[in-house]
Amino acid sequence: MSSNRAPIASFFPRDRQWHPKPLDPGYKSSVLRAPSRPLVAVANSLSETTGPAFGHDIIGALDNDLILNFAKPGMSAIGERIIVEGRVLDERGQPVSNVLLEFWQANAGGRYRHKKDGYLAALDPNFGGCGRTISGDDGAYAFRTVRPGPYPWPNGPNDWRPAHIHFSVFGHGFAQRLITQMYFEGDPLIPRCPIVRTINDPRAIDQLTARLDMNASVPMDALSYRFDIILRGSRSTLFENRMEGN
Amino acid sequence: MLNPDDFPLYPFKESPSQTAGPYVHIGLTPNFSGITGVYDADLGTVMINDQTKGERITLEICVIDGGGAPLKDALVEIWQAGADGLYNARNEPRDEADPNFTGWGRAAADAETGILRFETIKPGPVPFADGRLQAPHINVWIVARGINLGLSTRIYFDDADDDPVLSRMDIQDRKASLIARGDGGGKYRHDIHLQGPLETVFFDI
Repeated sequence: MSSNRAPIASFFPRDRQWHPKPLDPGYKSSVLRAPSRPLVAVANSLSETTGPAFGHDIIGALDNDLILNFAKPGMSAIGERIIVEGRVLDERGQPVSNVLLEFWQANAGGRYRHKKDGYLAALDPNFGGCGRTISGDDGAYAFRTVRPGPYPWPNGPNDWRPAHIHFSVFGHGFAQRLITQMYFEGDPLIPRCPIVRTINDPRAIDQLTARLDMNASVPMDALSYRFDIILRGSRSTLFENRMEGN
Repeated sequence: MLNPDDFPLYPFKESPSQTAGPYVHIGLTPNFSGITGVYDADLGTVMINDQTKGERITLEICVIDGGGAPLKDALVEIWQAGADGLYNARNEPRDEADPNFTGWGRAAADAETGILRFETIKPGPVPFADGRLQAPHINVWIVARGINLGLSTRIYFDDADDDPVLSRMDIQDRKASLIARGDGGGKYRHDIHLQGPLETVFFDI
């Protein structure tokens, strides 16, 4: 697999003021799980700038269709049919191709197919809640699903998650690895959510809020939401700081 | 005075992270979570085969919270070089890595014990940014409910020596948190402490 992609010298540093705070008492689970010592900054080497590659051969025909990929033959998931599409770009605005994207979500009633989810809302026998795809040469990706429902969760006395889809994204280097969540434009639960509020900057929250795209919607079938994902930018290897003699 | 935030050099900021939450298994290890029939197998469960070069090891990891309890809902990924020190990556510039070693593993914690298990090989040394060699190590990425941005650490082996990261002055008091304990028979155990006196070194990479 060597040499068919330009080597990366290092990634742009992560802006940890833009990312959520590791410890936020409003999100109770973070209290015992956030490291208390400062992170130790380490220069990137191949350990960070390389990463696993996934071929299109791992992707099945229905992997990017959550309406059908768990449904019995002739059946489909219940809920508001939507398409989510966007591009994977880096901080320079360059498309990031061949990125594996994995998604998971609750069903239209806000219930996860998971043994630890005891919410009252019913499971949908035709909805599993997972999907995946690989970005194209232009960084584009798309999948079809139902809009997930909001749901209550044990945190404060009456906390609800806004409707959201979880995303897991691989870049070209292991240090680009990212998990995030996509929210839906106009959802009044977004500013009330303690998990959303681990992010300080309202512009960063906007970046996670997908917008309705009527042009990409399919008439009489599905609305479309646009969600672009930005991965860390990188610097190439032209002028490296090397030990003498290397 | 100009505020540089008003005149960004680059058009975008990295998408902010959000926690993987308690149901990360649905998305990343659906077969493990009982959602079968969508994918043939969970990605990252098999790293080696009969042809893989190198010394087989079993690596058992347990992630422990600030109250001393194992995280039973953690998901961990590892990324490592093969026995020859090459990464099986499209952007590995040096040479072709062992095609029988993926270098990448993903595991969910056992719901009862919190232990995550990887069947892999001991990696070879990899150069540091300045050209010095790094001791064999495994790169580790941890996500779970309550972790708002995935945590990065490394696992070294008990024979690690003269490594540019391990030798840093600012981690000498916690260096042991980066070294797995071997039983001499190829089985390694490594506890990752998120907080407390034994807190593991986490990196800003």
